[in-house]
Amino acid sequence: MRHIISILMENESGALSRVAGLFSARGYNIESLTVAPTEDPTLSRMTLVTRGDEAIIEQITKQLNKLVEVVKLLDLSDGPHIEREIMMIKLKADNGRREEVFRLVDIFRGKVVDVTESTFVVELTGKSAKLDAFIKAANEDSIVEVVRSGPLGIARGSKGLKL
Amino acid sequence: MQPLRLWEVVVVELSGAEIVIQCLKEEGVEYIFGYPGGAVLHIYDALFKQNDVKHILVRHEQGATHAADGYARSNGKPGVALVTSGPGATNAVTGIATAYMDSIPMVVLTGQVPSPFIGSDAFQEVDTVGITRPCVKHNFLIKDVRDIASTFRKAFYLATSGRPGPVVIDIPKDVTDPNIKIPFSYPKKIKMRSYNPVAKGHLGQIKKAVDLMLAAEKPVFYTGGGVILDNADKELVELVQMLGFPITSTLMGLGAYPGTDKQFIGMLGMHGTYEANMAMHETDTLIAVGARFDDRVTGQIAQFCPNATIIHIDIDPSSISKNVRVDIPIVGPVKSVLGDMLQVLKDGKQIPGSDAISKWWKQIEEWRGKRCLKYDQNSGIIKPQFAVETLYRVTKGDAFVASDVGQHQMFAAQFYRFDKPRRWINSGGLGTMGFGLPAGMGIQLAHPKAEVAVITGEASIQMCIQELATCKQYNLPLKILLLNNGYMGMVRQWQEFFYDGRYSHSYVDSLPDFVKLAESFGHVGMKIEKPGELEGAMQEAFAMKDRLVFMDVVVDPTENVYPMIEAGKGHHEMHMSPGSELV
Repeated sequence: MRHIISILMENESGALSRVAGLFSARGYNIESLTVAPTEDPTLSRMTLVTRGDEAIIEQITKQLNKLVEVVKLLDLSDGPHIEREIMMIKLKADNGRREEVFRLVDIFRGKVVDVTESTFVVELTGKSAKLDAFIKAANEDSIVEVVRSGPLGIARGSKGLKL
Repeated sequence: MQPLRLWEVVVVELSGAEIVIQCLKEEGVEYIFGYPGGAVLHIYDALFKQNDVKHILVRHEQGATHAADGYARSNGKPGVALVTSGPGATNAVTGIATAYMDSIPMVVLTGQVPSPFIGSDAFQEVDTVGITRPCVKHNFLIKDVRDIASTFRKAFYLATSGRPGPVVIDIPKDVTDPNIKIPFSYPKKIKMRSYNPVAKGHLGQIKKAVDLMLAAEKPVFYTGGGVILDNADKELVELVQMLGFPITSTLMGLGAYPGTDKQFIGMLGMHGTYEANMAMHETDTLIAVGARFDDRVTGQIAQFCPNATIIHIDIDPSSISKNVRVDIPIVGPVKSVLGDMLQVLKDGKQIPGSDAISKWWKQIEEWRGKRCLKYDQNSGIIKPQFAVETLYRVTKGDAFVASDVGQHQMFAAQFYRFDKPRRWINSGGLGTMGFGLPAGMGIQLAHPKAEVAVITGEASIQMCIQELATCKQYNLPLKILLLNNGYMGMVRQWQEFFYDGRYSHSYVDSLPDFVKLAESFGHVGMKIEKPGELEGAMQEAFAMKDRLVFMDVVVDPTENVYPMIEAGKGHHEMHMSPGSELV
């Protein structure tokens, strides 16, 4: 099963490599990982997407909790939550294709954020599946490059992952 | 509040190197095992100017970490090692990983190239924090002289609390610059918001576990190194004897419960006794205490304790249900949880006593009656088992015994019946050959008056033999019992069983003359070839209180360790000794 795990950790050099090292050393799967400082500059928040059966996910969360720099952890998949991923995609937009790209961007409620004579950069936010769908819908030949953030997640309701 | 008077404010200004030493004093460190080099010269200079922290100069950095480890295992205080950058640090890694696998509290100081050179592939530079990351509880790189004191405080706290383990502190040379002095004060308290080891077990779970234990028909205690690490032997003995249950132990847990007591049914696992492994296979209630269900213990997981409800007490939540699903997990310090169990029992529980499980005991005694550890006593050649039994007699079962890794280690575990914790010192998790001799040095320093024996093989001993010089320099009168069979015995045994006797590179050719070798280091060497000579020679050796005696004992090269469960087999599928009644 796919799990999305949020981690609050000390904003210290080396903390990220401990998490990455843990996954490779124990043979856990890691689909995506994003990290940035929070409103408290001493803390970073990491969002990690992984896959595994119940026993593996239990071990992953226990092993993550065991890392000295991990302050708090929440498996968002345990409850209702919101997930968003951002993508920027550079598409060929020479004469014949400009209209088609605009239509697609409109359908997916994206934004064109850069334009040249021959290319557009499109920004798109949503669930990862929506981004996948956009890529599929765009003509494969017209994709110059794709960059994705990996999903971010937050739990629904009043509770927060805070100290 | 009283106003501070000026003369009460004493500000001590120290250099980084002096702070390092001062921190060690604050932590009550007696001995530091080390080897100097460029990156730690400032620290060595500060060491030179004081006498409180005694430095033991080893001959290889692996020896420093094993000695610090042996010190820690034998007295419970954290072991401390000091090595230089680059090769100093990489040589120490084997010892750090050894301590990590067995959860031994240790603080290892590694020198690092000066901060401005980090990342430039400077002379003797390695990424020590990166290399050691997977085999430490935590590690630090100190970037500022002002961080030394708080980092040391954290390091010792981390190493010794919760599930203990080694902590590495990497110190760039410029941070210890003798010309930069700052005010020093050692933090009294330390709080880390991200690290809060559990202080007590959940009482509801404990009560549930106790009820289950009282209802058991075929209970077994299975205890491990965690009991020793948490000094919980007294609580364990009281609980086990109150309930009258049989108890087996892992390799790491030997001595926590007296090995000579009738309720003790021997070690379990790959080379465990028939009665222990059969009891595991048949039990209905398994009480695992400070043990981690290692593959050498469980064998084939699918066949592990097929009929049992499992209770597991462990300080580390990640140890619980890692390899084997357990029914009643109790996260907490072993000592406190066992104490709570005793309290629950004393508070008005009806304790059925051993009569209630007399049928179970009858079955166990039947298994025990097969005498699975029997070996041929009349072969005219010294059997390794006989050598360990002789050592047991000569030392009255009261020596500290360090071992290396292989057949001799298993024979020691099977035949030296440890009655006290911290007497049996070996590398269980990592299985590090070369561990025994340097670990013995640490034990002897922690217990200067005690008898310390090192049981080893001719292959293992050569991996850290240079430490014989350290033993000479510091007058460490170890008694080395070399069970010399001319083979890497355990490798040879597997090749005999599983590779049709193709002894690929397991014969240790061109062995040195160990007697002369010991003598060249300034020690006493003995060669013993006949069973009849063994006890007398050993008595003579142990009578030399102030000398290291190296006993080269020629043993049967074809002897195997029995019983044996093949990797991937169940507890009830043991190979038995050819002489045993079970074949």
